[in-house]
Amino acid sequence: SRASSAVLARDNYPLYIRSSPTENELKFHYMVHTSLDVVDEKISAMGKALVDQRELYLGLLYPTEDHKIKYGYVTNSKVKFVMVVDSSNTALRDNEIRSMFRKLHSSYTDVMCNPFYNPGDRIQSRRAFDSMVTSMMVQVC
Amino acid sequence: MEAAAGGGCGSGPPLLLSEGEQQCYSELFARCAGAAGGGPVSGPPEAGRAVPGAVTAAAGTVADLFRASQLPAETLHQITELCGAKRVGYFGPTQFYIALKLIAAAQSGLPVRIESIKCELPLPRFMMSKTDAEIRFGNPAELHGPKAQIPYSVTEKNTFKRMDDEDKQQETQSPTMSPLASPPSSPPHYQRVPLSHGYSKLRSSTEQMHPAPYEARQPLVQPEGPSSGAPGAKPPRHQASLIRSFSVEREPHDNSSNYPEEPWRITEEQREYYINQFRSLQPDPSSFISGSVAKNFFTKSKLSIPELSYIWELSDADCDGALTLPEFCAAFHLIVARKNGYPLPEGLPPTLQPEYLQAAFPKPKRECTLFDSYSESMPANQQPRDLNRMEKLSIKDMADFPVPAQDVTSDDKQEQNKARLALKSTVDEALPKDMSEDPATKSGLLPPPPALPPRPCPSQSEQASEAEIHPQLNRAPSQAADSSPTKKDTPYSQPPSKPIRRKFRPENSATENQEPSSTVGGPASAATGKPHTAVQKQSSKQKKAIQTAIRKNKEANAVLARLNSELQQQLKEVHQERIALENQLEQLRPVTVL
Repeated sequence: SRASSAVLARDNYPLYIRSSPTENELKFHYMVHTSLDVVDEKISAMGKALVDQRELYLGLLYPTEDHKIKYGYVTNSKVKFVMVVDSSNTALRDNEIRSMFRKLHSSYTDVMCNPFYNPGDRIQSRRAFDSMVTSMMVQVC
Repeated sequence: MEAAAGGGCGSGPPLLLSEGEQQCYSELFARCAGAAGGGPVSGPPEAGRAVPGAVTAAAGTVADLFRASQLPAETLHQITELCGAKRVGYFGPTQFYIALKLIAAAQSGLPVRIESIKCELPLPRFMMSKTDAEIRFGNPAELHGPKAQIPYSVTEKNTFKRMDDEDKQQETQSPTMSPLASPPSSPPHYQRVPLSHGYSKLRSSTEQMHPAPYEARQPLVQPEGPSSGAPGAKPPRHQASLIRSFSVEREPHDNSSNYPEEPWRITEEQREYYINQFRSLQPDPSSFISGSVAKNFFTKSKLSIPELSYIWELSDADCDGALTLPEFCAAFHLIVARKNGYPLPEGLPPTLQPEYLQAAFPKPKRECTLFDSYSESMPANQQPRDLNRMEKLSIKDMADFPVPAQDVTSDDKQEQNKARLALKSTVDEALPKDMSEDPATKSGLLPPPPALPPRPCPSQSEQASEAEIHPQLNRAPSQAADSSPTKKDTPYSQPPSKPIRRKFRPENSATENQEPSSTVGGPASAATGKPHTAVQKQSSKQKKAIQTAIRKNKEANAVLARLNSELQQQLKEVHQERIALENQLEQLRPVTVL
């Protein structure tokens, strides 16, 4: 099955997009883009007082094709992670998704720790971030 | 020239040399023989026994060459015997070849036996001494394994290659190392593109591999000779290239004078150099360099940002955005390697791991921290005293207080305590030893700091040391008792990885902490001068005080631990509530249609 991950900056441009069967990349870009609306809405709806670290929502069931389930995650600095998994893999539990997002988040912070990484750059950390994401997605598939 | 010429070696086995080996060996032999004009003897002075007309290798040269193979002397003796040179008294071609093969066998880990040389072996590896120009030549990748050992030096190689191969690159800035060095799995990005085609030629045929380094060696290998023109030209060129790459003014660092076994092993000199560079950025070698400082520094190396980013990724093992000394050395080493043309490895090589680096080179680090921390933090005459006391204090405290409850003002101390507790086992043993070794009069040089692994059993002056400790500990418990829970909490908020790193800081901040404590300084310094008897009287009283302090702190610990767990529990519950609320909200919200 398919899985995809994306990391988006606070201004909603992509820092990192990766699909596991890579031919879906474009479609995934599109999905991520559409999901941004929902994400933004949720963020604003969250309320100012609540500095919410996690957000989990069963996003847009993609209407036309096999249902894809999207999950979103927002960090304190408004960096967004979006994951799309095939709905065929219903075995995925809430906690699994959360743990995946946590892993994503910690890898992201590791990338940030690299002084040669300018926030806002595309994440090109081949070794750490990429491999982590790939392995994670393989797990899901 | 192989087995057929078994003249000198009576019972010599048939020696089968591959073409590459043959060439290699004949070159070496020619060099050894040519260098000394034939005839001289290895071993007992039997000059007359040299076979007239036959070419023999000079004993001195041969000995040098063998030593350069870096095998232990014992092995070399064995080899010399086995190859028959001892028997005949000289190194004829046969003996020499056999010896070379045996060297190769020994370097591959095989026992030094005649049988060993019957199998396919890599070429022997030789590392010349500092006086000679150094080139390591090894077997090309085709013979054995994917990785070839290639001359490592930056400028030396450039120098030589430039001299010998006209079609090599001229600029020293981007030295071109043979691609044979690159493991096949290395990322293509990091392949050095501007490889001279001379090297590509080399890659294709193994034979060509040999002449190139040999030619390079020719002008340089002078048996025990002083620098020839090439090495002479080395330092200035070397400096030039280095200065070009790093605008920082460097010492005449000769990072090529000692070839590592593998490219990822840091030699002693390199290590020294890295440490010095570290110090230029950060005076305290036990502390770390922040990311931005390191970034500025490494950017001067003119490597591309993605590469530097990759190197950082490799070397910053704990991903905290700062480099400790071992991490810094690893990063620096990788940069140097990269500039020499080595492709960057996929993962941090084991010889560059921080633990390995710390273990492999504990002494210089120790000395650095020792002298630095001591010199920095010792303004007064009481310095050795203070330090000693502080060390004891911290160690003993750690032994007694599992959690850094005793709070000596700085968070650093807390972290160090945590770390050092983890590090040391028999702390108490270390204490008296310190005392005994350090009379009050001494200043500056102290015995190895207690941050090191515990030393052997304490000496006689245990009493004195305890006495010394007690004044301080008296203070410390009272301090601890006074300190509010907030103080204790602050160490917890520190990132957990820091304690491990800053384990050598104890002396530093420890002494700083003690400086203001003049009360302890008084009795302590006085005590050192006097015989121990005077102090012993206080010991029992102080022991009790310490014990009460211990108990108090333990209770405090327990209370805090309980509080912690309760809070965690609450946090969990709140979390769950929140999720439930979110779900509710979800349901209430109108569905958004795409």
